[in-house]
Amino acid sequence: MPTYQFKVNNENRSVDVSEDTPLLWVLRDHLDLVGTKYGCGIAQCGSCTVHLDGNAVRSCSLTMSQVEGKSVTTIEGLSEDGNHPVQEAWKEVDVPQCGYCQAGQIMTASAFLEKNPNPSPEDIKSAMHGNICRCATYNRIYRAVEIAAEKMG
Amino acid sequence: MSTNITSSKFSRRAFMRTSSLAGGGLLIGFNLFQACKPKAAPPIDLAELNYNDFNAFIKIADNGAVTIFSPNPEIGQGVKTSMPMIIAEELDVSWDKVNVVQGILDNENYTRQVAGGSQSIRFGWEALRQTGATAKQMLINAAAARWGVDASECTASEGVITNSKGETLGYGDVVNDAAALEVPEEVALKEVKDFKLIGTDVGNVDIDKIVTGEPLFGLDYKADGMVYAAVVRPTTFGKKLVSYDDAAAKAMPGVIDVVKIGAKVRSLLEKDPGFSSKISTSDKVAVIAKTTWQAMKAKEAIKAEWEDDGTIDSTEEMDKALTGLLDGNRFENLRKDGNVSRAFAQADKVLERTYESPFLPHNCMEPMNFYANVTPEKVHLVGPIQTPAWKAGLVAAMLERDPSEIHLEMTRQGGGFGRRLFGDFVIEAAEIADAIKKPVKVVYSREDDMMDGIYRPAIKYRIKAGVKDGKVTAYHLKEAAINDNMYDLIPNFFPAGAIENYQVDVAKYQSKITTGAWRAPYTNFLAFAEQSFFDELAEMMEVDRVQLRLDLLQKVKGTEDERIQYSPERMEEVIKVAVEKSGWGTKPEGVYQGFVNYYCHNSHVAEVADVEIEDGSPVVKKITCVVDCGIVVNPLGAKNQAEGGVIDGIGHSMYGDYAFKDGTPMAANFDKYRLIRMKEAPVVEVHFLKNEYSPTGLGEPTLPPAGGAIANAFKAATGKRLYNQPFSKYPELLTVPEKEIIG
Ligand code: FES
Ligand code: FES
Repeated sequence: MPTYQFKVNNENRSVDVSEDTPLLWVLRDHLDLVGTKYGCGIAQCGSCTVHLDGNAVRSCSLTMSQVEGKSVTTIEGLSEDGNHPVQEAWKEVDVPQCGYCQAGQIMTASAFLEKNPNPSPEDIKSAMHGNICRCATYNRIYRAVEIAAEKMG
Repeated sequence: MSTNITSSKFSRRAFMRTSSLAGGGLLIGFNLFQACKPKAAPPIDLAELNYNDFNAFIKIADNGAVTIFSPNPEIGQGVKTSMPMIIAEELDVSWDKVNVVQGILDNENYTRQVAGGSQSIRFGWEALRQTGATAKQMLINAAAARWGVDASECTASEGVITNSKGETLGYGDVVNDAAALEVPEEVALKEVKDFKLIGTDVGNVDIDKIVTGEPLFGLDYKADGMVYAAVVRPTTFGKKLVSYDDAAAKAMPGVIDVVKIGAKVRSLLEKDPGFSSKISTSDKVAVIAKTTWQAMKAKEAIKAEWEDDGTIDSTEEMDKALTGLLDGNRFENLRKDGNVSRAFAQADKVLERTYESPFLPHNCMEPMNFYANVTPEKVHLVGPIQTPAWKAGLVAAMLERDPSEIHLEMTRQGGGFGRRLFGDFVIEAAEIADAIKKPVKVVYSREDDMMDGIYRPAIKYRIKAGVKDGKVTAYHLKEAAINDNMYDLIPNFFPAGAIENYQVDVAKYQSKITTGAWRAPYTNFLAFAEQSFFDELAEMMEVDRVQLRLDLLQKVKGTEDERIQYSPERMEEVIKVAVEKSGWGTKPEGVYQGFVNYYCHNSHVAEVADVEIEDGSPVVKKITCVVDCGIVVNPLGAKNQAEGGVIDGIGHSMYGDYAFKDGTPMAANFDKYRLIRMKEAPVVEVHFLKNEYSPTGLGEPTLPPAGGAIANAFKAATGKRLYNQPFSKYPELLTVPEKEIIG
């Protein structure tokens, strides 16, 4: 099995997996980073969103050859103490219901706000549209992104 | 009628026991829903908490810190926060001193350790208050004894006991004394007006862990030596496994074993046939591998042969069968007042309409999964399940083990919506673990989850009403459903009691497609049918649509019919508040409104949808939602539930469609199955009525009215009425006639 080297949450990691193994399962099963969630496996729900060199990507649909040599940030590494402005906003609004989709929501929102610190309502809705929340906490997600934008701006 | 404020007395001795902990501190064990075992005593060592004796514990440490081992499964409805809040209120400790831990639960005797039917809070309310109040009284008694004064001279607040001289002792100072005292027989509960914590906004107790991605869910659980199982299951309802070839799969990396399962489940079903319409009886093939991905990949390499096993159903034929049932006369009667046929014959006008709904998968965001490890000593089960006691009992029966050897731990659950009531996946995990003699986690792919579902059954309603001299004189509701009919309380919901001649009849078609509870069973569609019907009825009668509902409610006031479930007074109140808060009838041109009021899960709800036309189509902009669910324990969490219910209701009535062709589901994942997303979610404004009724259901009741509210608003906007869900399937009904756009 080939070996892949990449950075996860600023640490160098190396894994031996078959080349079709998605990043999602490397994170969850090999590196014990289970904060990144499996929802659909086909890039439709956003549960598995992580940052790849700062961009929000669907880890279920990235193979390790696409990750080799790059830097991945997961929900566990988004901040030192859970105090990233997006995480703070999520706590302030008390967004989650079941909570399962929320890591993906937070990773999408944090990458988006990094690139667009002054989003319009439409920008926020478009950015978050790809992330399903089955509990339908959409309005709280929206408010939390607005608050996070203020905190970051 | 559900209007009682006070409730029955409990005997505290019957459900509480106390002990002092070896390391210091007081442990109170209690049983929420039944008396605990007569001789049971709580352990003195926390490592030995025995949930066969009690289903919940409160620990008060000698530094005053309170730990509540919360008994109920958390599926996102917030009970892990709200139930401890109720204890903390009566115990009178500040919330920041309280730590909540999900209890490990393995008691086959549980009666109500279930997260379903929006009932957790309703059933727990009195017992939780009694428990908190009793603990507080014991601490006061201990302090009084220390001071040598009468307990009645002492008060307690925020974890501090004060006597008439103004001396104080913290709870922690007296826990060890309190542990030695008798449990008092009578304690006073707080007056509702004195609540300090209940009714305040408290954040989700797991919030820090959720936003940092700590392991919480079933899918996150790991154990030493654990392997993963992906299961090849019939993708067609009505087929069973004949043979399979696993040579290619076995040669794949990481694959440990391939086993056939199913025989044990079938023998279990012979013992407990009640479970059978909810579970497939075919053999399945479990592929065991070192990682999830390896198991999933190797599963694809299994070549399986299937053969017919009973009826193979397609949506089209089932549709015809349901219509045939509605047209026929083989109904079971669930309620009959007066004589509807005679009233229809004498009516001036009659309205009859038919409403159709599709099957729906649950699509919990966390796919089904469970961990099992079967050893000679015990059976260890871990994962997300809404009915732990039931499943532990079934596993014991299936593996022929003593129930005391089944040890079931619940994790946080990535959504329930009714799907995790069934636990076919728990049984499956146990059968696999038993076969391979290794700790194993069964993981459903999204495709497995969607295609091996226990669906909301397709249902059709036909409603007929007769009007004479401007009054509704007759109402006849017929249901034709797949596999199961409405539960027996529903015929006693509105408009039962309001119309003299009233009848509810049901019929069903048996299919191999497995069906079961889905968030707000039956009412999730019936509310749309009924409330669309009333809207149209008001149009036919040329009366105000809200006034029609209010007039009908007047007839129910003071009823002596004990079967009636809803309260006309509480319903009237939510209607009036919804009219006021939504600006009903006062909206500027271009805003079209739809009105619904509904009762289910012991709560009364009214919803108003505001719709505007964009690019020729109606768009839902806002829902005003007024809820009477009694005392709201945690408004912050409750609003989240209510909003989610409304948006979920809109999403499924707009887009939810699940069809079968020759027994095979037509969608396997979210590319083909549409769930509501952010852009489609309207603003939801939630108002809770303030009153002193005991809390009632909240996880479900705001969902059913949403579909009707938007359909009625669409009608106002487009002039076209929707009878079938999902609405998006009928784009021609979701457009404004050409000339109106131009004009
Ligand atoms: S799991 Fe990757 S997008 Fe759904
Ligand atoms: S909070 Fe449950 S899926 Fe989003």
